[in-house]
Amino acid sequence: MEIFHNLVFGFSVAFTLQNIFYCFLGCLLGTLIGVLPGIGPLATIAMLMPITFNVSPTAALIMLAGIYYGAQYGGSTTAILVNLPGETSAVVTCMDGYQMARQGRAGAALAIAALGSFFAGTFCTLLIAMFGPPIAVIALKFGPAEYFSLMLMGLVTAAVLAHGDMVKSLAMVAMGLLLGCVGSDVDSGVKRFTFNIIEMADGIGFVVLAVGIFALGEIIGNLGDPEERTVFTSRVTKLFPTKEDLKRSLGPIVRGTLLGSFFGVLPGTGPAIASFSSYMVEKKMSKDPSRFGHGAIEGVAGPESANNADAQCKFIPMLTLGIPASGVMALMLGALTIHGITPGPQVMTKNPDLFWGLIVSMWIGNLMLVLLNLPLIGLWVSLLKVPYRLLFPAIMVFSSIGIYSLNNSPFELYLTAIFGLIGFVWMKLECSLAPMLLGFVLGPMMEESLRRALLISRGDPLVFFKRPISLAFLIATVVIIIVMVAPAVRKRRSDITD
Amino acid sequence: MKLDLSSNKDFWAGIMFAGTGAGAMFVARNYPFGTSLHMGPGYFPMVLGGILIAFGIYVMLRGLRKNEKIQGNWSIRALVILPLSIVIFGVLMELAGFIPALAALVFISAASGREFRFVEVLLLTLFLGALSVALFIWGLGLPYPLIKGLA
Repeated sequence: MEIFHNLVFGFSVAFTLQNIFYCFLGCLLGTLIGVLPGIGPLATIAMLMPITFNVSPTAALIMLAGIYYGAQYGGSTTAILVNLPGETSAVVTCMDGYQMARQGRAGAALAIAALGSFFAGTFCTLLIAMFGPPIAVIALKFGPAEYFSLMLMGLVTAAVLAHGDMVKSLAMVAMGLLLGCVGSDVDSGVKRFTFNIIEMADGIGFVVLAVGIFALGEIIGNLGDPEERTVFTSRVTKLFPTKEDLKRSLGPIVRGTLLGSFFGVLPGTGPAIASFSSYMVEKKMSKDPSRFGHGAIEGVAGPESANNADAQCKFIPMLTLGIPASGVMALMLGALTIHGITPGPQVMTKNPDLFWGLIVSMWIGNLMLVLLNLPLIGLWVSLLKVPYRLLFPAIMVFSSIGIYSLNNSPFELYLTAIFGLIGFVWMKLECSLAPMLLGFVLGPMMEESLRRALLISRGDPLVFFKRPISLAFLIATVVIIIVMVAPAVRKRRSDITD
Repeated sequence: MKLDLSSNKDFWAGIMFAGTGAGAMFVARNYPFGTSLHMGPGYFPMVLGGILIAFGIYVMLRGLRKNEKIQGNWSIRALVILPLSIVIFGVLMELAGFIPALAALVFISAASGREFRFVEVLLLTLFLGALSVALFIWGLGLPYPLIKGLA
């Protein structure tokens, strides 16, 4: 039983005092920012990147991962108690979770959300342990043509599945790819779009772009359109769900986990897609769909499991292929690179302690979150009473220090300010930011694979269709586009997102 | 029907895409284009610029047809002050040191909100200042002088 052996090895890594501590720290921070609306895991991880330079790569990744899935837990707490999604993935949870809270069943909703997430987390840990190694073996055979087609599929998926307008999302992917071109060209050394600014020669930093758009741009938007917060008043009592609750939730949790895992492996889809789909499935399958929107526990159990499964399965393409399936994963890859580890299928064999330690730590982290969140709910709720006018200057301070410390120079700060403005305009024009970010991250890798693939094939563009795995990715891309453009799906999709 | 373009969402989105694409192609016109066997540094940006122009024109035309409005407020105050506060932080980090830069950042960014209570912001500055110095300067050992010339 090799998988058993590997997991035991993972436990031995994850259970060192240092790694347990960083796992705990990550989960705690993640829950904190998950609870607070207006700051997401992407911006937080970007801000905290400099901190992780001082610890071992395994501990760094364990902490950053903890922030990521911890935020999914925290987001649901806010959704249930305040009817405000702490994270975008928790939008669906608001619908029935808040209704349950109003009926005095907040405790049951929170507990089911936590248990569902824990189930999903456990399932995904096993999934990564089982399928990670075989995928990495296949991936070692990938040439540039396969990588190019795979990334193309990821970008198209990201665009067509993103919230809002598909055409604009595709344009935003191109925008991201273009931003990725900035800096010295790897092959020729020609400086592209640097406008003779020395600092631009290395390209635009991912952290700069992410903080500018997501932290700064969002604060500008929030200050223009302040959200109403009605903080939940009555106390949370009776944490334990009834037998009836558990019975109703079992199916949705299992289905949500499977759905979430599926969307998770697919590059470009966010946890929000997974939770929306799960909600629709449960509503469809229910004998009495009218209960949905009025406090149906299935509407909490399914989506909450789905978004956690999605978040965790995003690690599969990142760890096995070295391809970031989301903005957060791009930061994780960045963290690996900073520690001198080349991302790709060889991570598993070259750094087994990192790979297995991280996987097992995610399971431990999920367990911690269940134990941590339920007793601490009172604390999280009181945090929500901190007014936004005190919160956003704090976000500004931590972002700015984090950005300055990248190069100890103010130039990145100026660039962040510019991207904050651009990001705000994009938000106003309802252009999705996530596909752009993915394009930006994958851009340099894509250009490189395209060049190499064409070089190897002596300039024959048909190489992408001649190699079977590459062809499969391209066919999948076309299928995704056709399915999403089909009128029936299009209508359903707008029903979900509206 | 009177067509009001000033708040037509897709019209402006289209202009933005097409404009960016055209700008990119203009800047990239001098980069060697190469052949498909040996793609030059100009190849990718040129193709992307063209794609953006195509998308931009499509979105713009669709905007003229659908005429959907931009939602919400523009919050000019925050739009000007917040980016400015980051720039000032950067300048002061070079000129005056960590503490003045941080205090300026908190005060200026807080002023971009709708409510500004002096005492509250002062307390917030003290709190964030103490926390940041403890965490970043002492904890992580970032090598920034607290106040230039003094420490």
